[in-house]
Amino acid sequence: MATVELDNIRKRFGSEEVIGGVSLSVADGEFIVIVGPSGCGKSTLLRMVAGLETITEGELRIGGQRANDREPMDRDIAMVFQNYALYPHMSVAQNMGYGLRIKGLPKAEIDAKVAEAARLLQLDALLDRRPRDLSGGQRQRVAMGRAIVREPSVFLFDEPLSNLDAKLRVQMRLEIRELQRKLGVTALYVTHDQVEAMTMADRMIVMNAGIAEQIGTPMEVYERPATRFAAQFIGSPAMNVLPAEAREDGLHLGAATLPNPGALRGPVLLGLRPEHLNPDPQGPIEMQVMLAEPLGANTLLHGRLASGAAFTASLPGVHRADAERTTLRLSIAGENLHLFDPDTGRRLN
Amino acid sequence: MSTSSGMVERHGAGLWLTHVGMIAGVLVIFFPIWLAFVASTVTQPEIVRPPMPLWPGDRLVENYTAALFSGVNVPVAVMLMNSLVMAMGIAVGKIIISLLSAFAIVYFRFPGRNLFFWLIFLTLMLPVEVRILPTYEVIAGFGMLNSYSGLIFPLIASATATFLFRQFYMTVPDELAEAARVDGARPMRFFRDILLPMSRTNIAALFVILFIYGWNQYLWPLLITTDPSMNTIVMGIKQMFPSGDDVADWPVIMATSILAMIPPVLVVISMQKLFIRGLVDSEK
Amino acid sequence: MEKRVTFKGWLLPLCLIAPQVAISAVFFFYPAGQAIWQSLFIPDPFGLSSQFVGMGNFDFLLSDPYYRAAFRTTAIFSALVTLAAMVPALFLAVMADRLVKSAGAYRTLLIWPYAVAPAVAGVLWMFMFNTRVGVVAWYLGQLGYDWNHVLNGQEAMGLVVVASAWGRISYNFLFFFAALQAVPRSVIEAAAIDGARFWRRFFTIVLPLLSPTTFFLLVVNIVYAFFETFGVIHTITAGGPQQATTILVYKVYADGFVGQDLGSSAAQSVILLLVVGVLTVLQFKYIEKRVHY
Repeated sequence: MATVELDNIRKRFGSEEVIGGVSLSVADGEFIVIVGPSGCGKSTLLRMVAGLETITEGELRIGGQRANDREPMDRDIAMVFQNYALYPHMSVAQNMGYGLRIKGLPKAEIDAKVAEAARLLQLDALLDRRPRDLSGGQRQRVAMGRAIVREPSVFLFDEPLSNLDAKLRVQMRLEIRELQRKLGVTALYVTHDQVEAMTMADRMIVMNAGIAEQIGTPMEVYERPATRFAAQFIGSPAMNVLPAEAREDGLHLGAATLPNPGALRGPVLLGLRPEHLNPDPQGPIEMQVMLAEPLGANTLLHGRLASGAAFTASLPGVHRADAERTTLRLSIAGENLHLFDPDTGRRLN
Repeated sequence: MSTSSGMVERHGAGLWLTHVGMIAGVLVIFFPIWLAFVASTVTQPEIVRPPMPLWPGDRLVENYTAALFSGVNVPVAVMLMNSLVMAMGIAVGKIIISLLSAFAIVYFRFPGRNLFFWLIFLTLMLPVEVRILPTYEVIAGFGMLNSYSGLIFPLIASATATFLFRQFYMTVPDELAEAARVDGARPMRFFRDILLPMSRTNIAALFVILFIYGWNQYLWPLLITTDPSMNTIVMGIKQMFPSGDDVADWPVIMATSILAMIPPVLVVISMQKLFIRGLVDSEK
Repeated sequence: MEKRVTFKGWLLPLCLIAPQVAISAVFFFYPAGQAIWQSLFIPDPFGLSSQFVGMGNFDFLLSDPYYRAAFRTTAIFSALVTLAAMVPALFLAVMADRLVKSAGAYRTLLIWPYAVAPAVAGVLWMFMFNTRVGVVAWYLGQLGYDWNHVLNGQEAMGLVVVASAWGRISYNFLFFFAALQAVPRSVIEAAAIDGARFWRRFFTIVLPLLSPTTFFLLVVNIVYAFFETFGVIHTITAGGPQQATTILVYKVYADGFVGQDLGSSAAQSVILLLVVGVLTVLQFKYIEKRVHY
């Protein structure tokens, strides 16, 4: 159990900067999710913490100690890989105990620790099997078990669920979170899936192009996204972001006028989450519905505004085909308006 | 395939015709071996008065005993031993140095890596037949004529095995090495605990190919073993033919030929699956 | 292709690669360098000194009718061996592919000759066609054909070709069979639905799909015929009669070891080096093609 501190960490491959100064202070036992699209540098960041990539600049501290130059094995970490990286020629028990064997622990002690971890993960019956004889979910558990037996201070997860089917992913998501709470180990978890980020994180880092766009709790990021990127990456379906004009009398979005939440003037980007829109015959926003996607509990309506901009609304209940090719008027509460700077993408209100 | 794809599969007369063709092919291919076997079980007079019989005689034990323990120049048992040492030496030696050098090339970045890689690559282009004379001089200079090391070393270094292992290491997921690093394994530990066990089937397949390669060498042992007691069996057969007009001792020579085939054939047949996989996968 | 992960350090990898580099240097590069160096000199008859002649050895070789004959012989020999080793192999593989259930048994029988050394194969075939005791030669005689490969150059060539190709049939069979097994059933079935009969399917669908394998085997068999058939020639004909079966590799041996003509033998080695180089490049072209699929 340890704190992890990233102090202005940078990574350059040659002249190309892939991580541009990330700072983060992780509390003991905290679950941090690093989320972003592919190529944003999230895996590189995690691998620098693991010691699999060198840190070009900045300082990494694990448990208060500088760890930049330590070998992975000396960082008191354990890692779960995307493809699990199980040793194919070793049994489940051997896979889980390999790190301890290298440390030179007595066999009895290794067996005891492996057995305990196996019990925790319900792998007891599979200890003699080879990885190729296991299902995806079981392999995932073995990879977890290998991390657990090392009793590390920090767990590192690199997209551990991306090779599982949707149903199993939901289940493993819960199991990982539960296990991490039970063991009280600090965790860094990389994913591209914003649902995983929302459901698992104590705090999340939204990464884009090597930069941390926002660091905060899931609800903070959802309710007050710091940048246009964070706003559109977190939340499903993605937030509508449209150019608007802020004037004294309100926000002008085409013909529609919405209350101006701040004292802003000039061109802004206006963000509206689809699920915050309400059908309202007197509503200011007029949308031409092109397509309805009923999901059961709610319905996604895709269409265009008068300006021609694509627009999505998510309305509770079922709106059948009768909603298509019709005009719909919508309103939105003032506290659900997000304003961003059109040049920098930073939040304005 | 199952009968469900019968539309494409042959049946009835076509199938039997194919079997007949196949059997004919196998018989033709097998005939030289069969004839040698027959010749190794009959008497010399039966052979020199053609046509020789096409069915085995009753002299199997006598002929093979004569070959194994007295031979013509040297007992065949001695030549078998020499061949075994040479083939094993080449196979094992080549596998060991290739495993190590491929590991260095794939898993490390060190000064001269590219240069060494190309040097090894170039040896692919230098079969021993092409450089026999200078190589012979090197061996003679080292005093390695008529020695096992002289038989083995010049044939050990070709790059084929190195390339096979390099290809294989490339397919090993990066994450395995990373996981091993996180688990605390240093390079040689990773090599021993992870890479080597994972290469088992490749090593076995390569062993078959190299064993046969070493066993079947002809020109090189012919050049450097002037002492009959160092002859290998494959080259020794030719030495059993008399010069001039003397009549060759056919039953013993044919028994020796059969003996020369048995070890590589046994290796190929017993490790057939591995060997075919190794051959088809690796030689591409 | 490079690994993402590498271990640190330079001493360990240098130690790991050292044995191979050392052996290559002593037994490959030094002798090859020697061959190139010696090819520029003519030693005096007593081997006491040698005279620099530049390209002289090459000039002499290329105008030497015997060497040119050896080149021609090698070309004919290689072409015939490749043909004789590949066509029957393909035929057998196509048949075996149709007998899926028993193909394994046939395959086990057919791989035997692969394990037989070329030199031993030479002895077996020489025995069958021996002018005094050979069974096949005797039966040919009964049919009124007087077989004598010791005197007849064409018969000698035919015999070394067959003896050389024999073991390679197994090898080629294995590759063709594996390639045929890899042809997707659905493609064949689609052709069958399109109304193509067996031979039509074979020539229009299967054979084109086999072309990478065929090309690979073509190169490999040529390399084999060039460099690995020494044993066959040495045991059956020793290059005769009248050099009718003297291929290039045999001539290097005969001129260097028997004739003790060092300069010429070295120059021949260098020419062979160039031939191997070309063939290797061809082979790698093939590998590249496969990789880029």
